[in-house]
Amino acid sequence: MNQLLTYSVYGTAILVMMIGIYAMLTKKNLIKIVIGMSILDSGFNLLLIALGYIKGGTAPIFSPAVEGKDVIMVDPIPQALVLTAIVIGFGVTAVALSLVIRLYRKHNTIKIDEIKTLRW
Amino acid sequence: MRKLVILSLLLVLGYFLLNTFAGAEFGKDRKVLANYYLEKSPSELQVANTVTAIVVNFRGFDTLGEVTVLFLAATGMGTILLRRRSKHTGLNPMRTSPEASKIVQAAGKLLFPAIMILGAYVFIHGHLTPGGGFQGGAIIATGFLLLLISYRQFKVEHKYVTWIESLAGLTFVSIGLLGIVLGPHNSFLENFLNVGTLNELTSGGVIALVYIAVGFKVAAELTGILDTLVNIRETGDID
Amino acid sequence: MDAISLLLLFFSLIIMIGAAVYAAIMKDLIFATIGTSLISLSLSVIFYLLHAPDVALTEAAIGVALSTIVFIIAIRNTKRYEDEK
Repeated sequence: MNQLLTYSVYGTAILVMMIGIYAMLTKKNLIKIVIGMSILDSGFNLLLIALGYIKGGTAPIFSPAVEGKDVIMVDPIPQALVLTAIVIGFGVTAVALSLVIRLYRKHNTIKIDEIKTLRW
Repeated sequence: MRKLVILSLLLVLGYFLLNTFAGAEFGKDRKVLANYYLEKSPSELQVANTVTAIVVNFRGFDTLGEVTVLFLAATGMGTILLRRRSKHTGLNPMRTSPEASKIVQAAGKLLFPAIMILGAYVFIHGHLTPGGGFQGGAIIATGFLLLLISYRQFKVEHKYVTWIESLAGLTFVSIGLLGIVLGPHNSFLENFLNVGTLNELTSGGVIALVYIAVGFKVAAELTGILDTLVNIRETGDID
Repeated sequence: MDAISLLLLFFSLIIMIGAAVYAAIMKDLIFATIGTSLISLSLSVIFYLLHAPDVALTEAAIGVALSTIVFIIAIRNTKRYEDEK
């Protein structure tokens, strides 16, 4: 059972990351590339949180319900990191999309193989 | 052909990643540093939510950097998108689209105060329950988004947004600097107030104050980002 | 974890993979954006089941609401279909 959970949770996270990288590498549309970035972000966040999970643990909050009892708490450090990563990811997405809108205004297209100055 | 090569390379990469992480068994207790935080957070800081204690106190400097990154994103978007405002005569497509229906407008007006109160509750109780400045700020920005998309003539006053953001950032930094002066160990963001008792609203000392400041700052920044995006002028004649 | 949580966890994982594939292959960008929103929604349920309520709240507010609307505004200001000239 534990083996199955290990492979399914980590496997899903890594599969979603790979789908995101695939979309970033093969698509020609700039908004599709930003969507790929967002998918990659989600997969990575799931991987980090899954690494911090502890079997039979509770949320790391010392509420009155757990006071005085001997409980195991899940790892709070990945949660604090992912909290930061989600907010920063939103900022990155917003700036990337505003750059896409700016490029569209200048070149009137959002396909990277038609924008001549992005070709190399 | 190119897609096939990329796909096979990604399969190899995914296989090796999965093999690496399969060694770290799911649900196994491997806390080392976290034990220190879980011990100190309720005893020394009297903060019930350990994640809040880590974000604001143990790694408070990171949070200062994070709100700075958000601020840079908001100002950067303004610089990228709203240049040469006077040259554009076309109207924004969002503003020329048909107005939202009466049901959406009435529901938006009805829901807005409730969303504000939920957001404020989430960031005021950040040290007791799940939530905090980032979550509360995002919820408040969602409330403003509701008004921005349902009322065509609704405008966010940039003057007040800038003031709220600057004051909140200033509060954060000055609380951190007061920690250097008044704290027992003279370090940045150190607690210098009475910590109170666990699971009370006044517990946690400066942590609650800092998270309220972060809540105002994040709400102002996200509202600024949304307002910038909704107010884009129409595409076309440029340069 | 009890049986219901496990069932919900596997269900959310399957939804997440399906939504990721949908978002990656869809030619209509608005539909692809709805796919990313669905990823965030199932991710938020998974975070709650893995005992991370703080992160679940953030993901629900930012991933589902704000990120989606930013994508939709960007698409409205550019082109809706992926292959459109």
